[in-house]
Amino acid sequence: MKLLEYQAKEVLASLGVPIPPGRVARTPEEAAAACADLGPVAVKAQVPVGGRGKAGGVKLARTPDEAEHAGSEIIGMDIKGHRVPLVYCEAALNIAREIYLGITVDRDRRANVVMLSARGGIDIEQVAEETPEAIARLYPDPWRGPLAFELNALVWDAQLGEHVRALVPLIGQLYRAVTEYDAMTAEINPLVVTGEGTLVAGDAKLETDDNAAFRHRDLELRYGGVVEGDPFEVEAKRRNLTYVSLDGDIGVIGNGAGLCMGTLDMVERAGGRAANFCDIGGGARAEVVENALAVILMNPKVRGVLINVFGGITRGDEVAKGLVKARDSLGMELPLVVRLSGTNEEEGREILKQHGITPGASGWEAAQKIVELTR
Amino acid sequence: MAILLNAETRVVIQGITGREGTFHTQQMQALGTRVVGGVSPGKGGTTHLGVPVFDTVAQAVRDTGAQASGIFVPAPFAADAIMEAAAAGLSLVVCITEGIPIQDMIRVKAFLREYPGCRLVGPNCPGILTPGQAKIGIIPQRFASPGPVGVVSRSGTLTYETVAALTAAGLGQSSVVGIGGDPVLGLSFTDVIELFERDPETSHLALIGEIGGSDEEQAAERLRGSRLRSVAFISGRTAPEGKRMGHAGAIVSGNRGTARTKEEAFRAAGVPVAQTTDQIVEILARS
Repeated sequence: MKLLEYQAKEVLASLGVPIPPGRVARTPEEAAAACADLGPVAVKAQVPVGGRGKAGGVKLARTPDEAEHAGSEIIGMDIKGHRVPLVYCEAALNIAREIYLGITVDRDRRANVVMLSARGGIDIEQVAEETPEAIARLYPDPWRGPLAFELNALVWDAQLGEHVRALVPLIGQLYRAVTEYDAMTAEINPLVVTGEGTLVAGDAKLETDDNAAFRHRDLELRYGGVVEGDPFEVEAKRRNLTYVSLDGDIGVIGNGAGLCMGTLDMVERAGGRAANFCDIGGGARAEVVENALAVILMNPKVRGVLINVFGGITRGDEVAKGLVKARDSLGMELPLVVRLSGTNEEEGREILKQHGITPGASGWEAAQKIVELTR
Repeated sequence: MAILLNAETRVVIQGITGREGTFHTQQMQALGTRVVGGVSPGKGGTTHLGVPVFDTVAQAVRDTGAQASGIFVPAPFAADAIMEAAAAGLSLVVCITEGIPIQDMIRVKAFLREYPGCRLVGPNCPGILTPGQAKIGIIPQRFASPGPVGVVSRSGTLTYETVAALTAAGLGQSSVVGIGGDPVLGLSFTDVIELFERDPETSHLALIGEIGGSDEEQAAERLRGSRLRSVAFISGRTAPEGKRMGHAGAIVSGNRGTARTKEEAFRAAGVPVAQTTDQIVEILARS
């Protein structure tokens, strides 16, 4: 789950990370009221993607009027496909210095990595590429977490020794997001050193592991409904499907993530563009196929659907019957090409043909057929 | 020969009495896998599918001499099941379960360092199949046939598809290993290549990778100059870039991990790259 900035900050503050005073505003009037209470504020779009600053989603407001104006501009704007549902108005900071602090999973090392750099701010990826040594790293033992001396060494390695007293406990608090909330990424960038010499989180990113959602129902309850995502993805999630919207016009259903990705690749190679990624998992049961088709057909851009099912243990004739039933119950009239293999695949293809569905012998042949039929 | 698993290997199934565990144990038995017992806490002393059920893996090892385990327990308990298997002295643990929290797996990896004799395959993987002999996991055996091609893959269905295409072309397989699709895994591509390299009955290799991480890049390096006649396939060329939030992921992985960088790594190491699963077969048939 990707938390919005204000949500991430609420969670981190509960772990002891210092954050500036701030307030959520759903209307320009609420933004004005927040400014009246807090003084000069940064009015910040709340979206689950990076790059909002460059997209015009952050504005400084010195007066309630300015805050109201900023709120009216930002609320409802589109940032990388996300409509901004609300803004976070946060007391403006007196910034003396920007530090980078982030924790994420290093999959090559199969470990968590804590990263700290004196050169925080929006150019941190460039810093990582050009001067990787400017980012100090620590791989804590996952059973005991980082020890004080390890954190000390990290801070000195990052040449931030002057802030060691404040930084060591703060990194420990951020690390609690990993142990207590199954954070995949917990990042504070910038971590601001104020003119008064205190540390405070300027921005915060927190993404938790969906596989661990079963032990964090509280997060889902508190924050689950706020983000308005892609309507097809929202509907797919409601139906328990693994679905990602893409921008083409050929709906794609596959069983298994690898096969499904491979199918997208073949559609593109055949000259088409996929409208989505939809993995229905092993088995290809009729009601799951029907759910997947229903979500894909909600998208008015879709001009045809390709289904690629490799039946390992499931029987091809049963999958075919399920597909026919799903198509008929949805009243689908668009071209449908199905690549079916596995036990009884011949019988399965025969059933498809009898019901006007184009079978493909291989995924590649099926991809070419659907591209041809939707031209 | 074959790697990791053969008809002699004594296998115990953790979660044998569950729906998935029951169904796939029957499939494993049908192939001839030597399933010597099952583990299902609270059901010790009973018999299921003709084999004794134990409350703990340690009991199963003591009574049956089990050497390997297949894990079909639900995700919240799977990490503990892996560690239980390692601590009981098993040398091969195959975890089929998907959806294990990543922090659980990071702790498991640290734990397994104390058990260097234990190899973990998975999680979130289809398992291992040695055609004509045995399997642990869910790879459908009807598409497989014995032969000289080693198959190692991060995907499930794409593996079955490749195995079926190889068999149809008369190219049998020595062993098929699904290493799994999770970010934190047991055996890597490189570990499995190492095993195939030492197996005299494996002369060819089909490697099926995916975008993300850099295991494929490392595998490419390992295959440089290898005796194995190999082909690589990478899925996810057109997959959308994850809608990224922070910078942390990019700092760690830089610009590695795309389909392009992986394919380039294989070509640079002299390993041909297939564009479709059918091409995997064409390239291997020629080499």
